[in-house]
Amino acid sequence: MDAVTKPKLKAKDYQSDIKPVWCRGCGAYSVIASITRALAELQLPREEVAFVSGIGCSSRIPAYASVYGFHGVHGRALPLATGLKIARPELTVLAAGGDGDGFSIGGNHFMHACRRNADITYIVMDNGVYGMTKGQASPTAAPDWTGSVLTPDGPGVPAFRPLEIALAAGASFVARSAANDPAQMKEQIVAAIRHPGFALIHVLCPCVTYRPEQQDEFKARAHADWQPTGDRGEAFNRALVDDGYTTGMLYIAPRPVYAAHPAAPATLDEIAAEFTVG
Amino acid sequence: MDHHSLSIALCGSGGAGVMTAGQMLLDAAATAGAYGLMSKALGPQIRGGEAAALLRLASRPVDSPDDVFDVLLAVDWNNIERFAAELPLQRHSLLIADPAAGVIPPAILKAEPRVVEVPLGALATACGGRVNMVALGLLATLAGLPVEAVEAVIGIELADKGEAAVASSRAAVLAGATAAATIEGIERLPLPATINEGARRWALSGNEASGLGALRAGVRFVAAYPITPATEILEWLAPRLPRVGGSLVQAEDELASINMIIGAAYGGVPSLTATSGPGLALMTEAIGLAVAAEIPLVICNVMRGGPSTGIPTKSEQADLDIALHGLHGDAPHLVTAAAGIADCAFTTQWTVQLAEALQVPGIVLSDQASGQARAIVDALPDPGLRARRQTAEADAEGYMRYVPTADGISPMAIPGTPGGEYTADGLEHAPRGTPSTQAAHHREQLDKRRHKLEQFDYGEDWALCEGDEWADTAVITFGSLTGAAREAVARLNAAGVPVRLLSLRLLAPAQPAAFAAALFGVERALVVEQNHDGQFLRYLRSTCPLPKRTVGHHRPGPVAIRPDEIVKAVMTLIALPQSTLVEEV
Ligand SMILES: Cc1ncc(C[n+]2csc(CCOP(=O)(O)OP(=O)(O)O)c2C)c(N)n1
Ligand code: SF4
Repeated sequence: MDAVTKPKLKAKDYQSDIKPVWCRGCGAYSVIASITRALAELQLPREEVAFVSGIGCSSRIPAYASVYGFHGVHGRALPLATGLKIARPELTVLAAGGDGDGFSIGGNHFMHACRRNADITYIVMDNGVYGMTKGQASPTAAPDWTGSVLTPDGPGVPAFRPLEIALAAGASFVARSAANDPAQMKEQIVAAIRHPGFALIHVLCPCVTYRPEQQDEFKARAHADWQPTGDRGEAFNRALVDDGYTTGMLYIAPRPVYAAHPAAPATLDEIAAEFTVG
Repeated sequence: MDHHSLSIALCGSGGAGVMTAGQMLLDAAATAGAYGLMSKALGPQIRGGEAAALLRLASRPVDSPDDVFDVLLAVDWNNIERFAAELPLQRHSLLIADPAAGVIPPAILKAEPRVVEVPLGALATACGGRVNMVALGLLATLAGLPVEAVEAVIGIELADKGEAAVASSRAAVLAGATAAATIEGIERLPLPATINEGARRWALSGNEASGLGALRAGVRFVAAYPITPATEILEWLAPRLPRVGGSLVQAEDELASINMIIGAAYGGVPSLTATSGPGLALMTEAIGLAVAAEIPLVICNVMRGGPSTGIPTKSEQADLDIALHGLHGDAPHLVTAAAGIADCAFTTQWTVQLAEALQVPGIVLSDQASGQARAIVDALPDPGLRARRQTAEADAEGYMRYVPTADGISPMAIPGTPGGEYTADGLEHAPRGTPSTQAAHHREQLDKRRHKLEQFDYGEDWALCEGDEWADTAVITFGSLTGAAREAVARLNAAGVPVRLLSLRLLAPAQPAAFAAALFGVERALVVEQNHDGQFLRYLRSTCPLPKRTVGHHRPGPVAIRPDEIVKAVMTLIALPQSTLVEEV
């Protein structure tokens, strides 16, 4: 009955009235647009969705949606989302943030979230840079990227390969999209939310201010060549030869979802009585 | 000497089973209607190595070790001298040694105890039992426990080991009991003639008590990373939370565990984690988030020797500074301290209730001495304190998550509530929750978060005020030292020295007015704590009106601060000639 009487929610119903702090042209705009469209497609009640993030330009995103949000601390979006999902399994839980947030300071949680496979959709807006702190190299920056005075000779460390790590850590849903293709991104978000378990969407997400070359680079080089496979070996092989710009769903293979286990109920008095001695 | 208790150290190397025997002795005492406690002293080895079960059996509840051990029984001497400092003996102490175990270490003989040789190993071999069961029978008999009490415990403890094991253990216990009959000079405990079945005793550790308090308060989500000496809280909760509809997650680290409970608590579920110093240090950033975003949660911090990895298996009260002051920014939060083993239950339960009511994180301090010691206590009734959070109604018009209110507490919208959608934020925010850098908003929210803690009525439970209420001398302490301080005050009062005890349960926010009232008429105070620097004294000096003549008595672990040490320190403070009192005490 509700479905009939309640007006259908549109993408803009999932947008808040808060004006983003982002620079004009920042890839994050495309991400919030894709998320709100995906939520509209799924017609999820706003109060049943919780959107969690860390710290960074991209991590400001929950406030721009009209669902429940949590803008936490740097690098800890995934544990916060995990606790929420396990305690409140009926909620749809989204997590999002930057590549610094997710792969550097939050790298350990990223790996363990892939392993744990709680039912969370995680969107990483990768711009190869720390936007919020004004342009330092992130773990996905190329070793010879000399755009930051903090690492004048480049970071000198091979770039982090998030999709390979996700596969190795046991992620059950791995996809990549690009900010310049919001339709594809929306499809992926819809699929990720429907996917039971941890779903990673890696977004090529330009920082127009500190990586001005990215906008054209992503547009020119992104190629939507991945069709989902459930074969982990094949997914690895694809990820290994990936030039960093392939988009699409790389790997989808549901596996047991992490959740609380119920047990035979007991009253507090019964539990306390276990302390009785003699 | 306390004539209602008997302190026993049961020593032996890892495989000898002294911990099992100690635990069974404690349970047998409970079965016979006595009280007591037991802690463990272990060497640094992961398994095996030197070990001692440290017991105090008593005819009334005890919450502290006594000054010295009345009996030390060693089944062997494997490196025991390494913790000789934790095994204080005196001249009348009885030392029971197996002559076959070799030379008694000089460190143990220093106090000149009375040595009695018993061929423990040979007795065990003769009856086909184990040496630890011989020790059990011997010690139980010395304590005056009826042999039936020991047999009842054997029946329960060894039920799944088969009849042969039960029979050989019985034989070994009887051999020990027979050996004890020839030992004189140990006063048997006065035990009740009949045991009231309705008032059965409980045996529990402080860590288990913390778990119970959490469950009773309504905690239904726990995330944590194992750490000594806090892990037993988690191990106790893990199988029991699901039975009341909750769950426990073993997180990848403490950064994860604290953020997981923030997420669960934001979702409306009362949540808790347990850790020790190193873990608390990792959590501090996120505790600040919980302060700013007004998320209720509780961290049980079971203190061990610090800093850094310190002495993980030994007790200290040295995390007070980080618990009180370890957060960045102006971050008012709750800090409480459990006043002993059983009080871990009450204090944890109360702290959960306070945290939920105030939408603030709370740190409960206990320590290894309380957490890992096991006590026989009267059953702990449920004080009925429950987590109750002020929540927002569905579709409340113009809902603002952080709106300033008279008491500073704003209704919290729980995900799932239509119309309450907001973004919780560690960024400073306007009342709606939207980020703000405005001076007025910052001031308003800082005021609100401070005000809600300061206006709250914490009632009578903020401290324990005991002893002579007219006394002009006070002992002020917190946490696991409460038991030793209580005993010291009782001894002084019995000797005609007026002293009162103030043990603080609520450390932050400080309660200067209640503190002043509790110390009305007090002219001198001794502040007792177990850490090197006197952190508690420093804190009290900066927050509470202390009597002019206030002296600190503080020293680090792992050697416990015992009642006699406090008695002496009080007497020094009063500047009475010590000798006049020693006889009377
Ligand atoms: C514990 C901690 N360390 C450092 C910072 C500073 N800091 C804020 S955002 C950020 C990096 C952001 O980069 P990324 O996650 O890639 O997001 P972007 O801003 O590029 O969207 C850093 C280092 C912080 N807020 N907290
Ligand atoms: S600095 Fe870069 S990442 Fe940050 S808002 Fe601007 S464009 Fe986006």
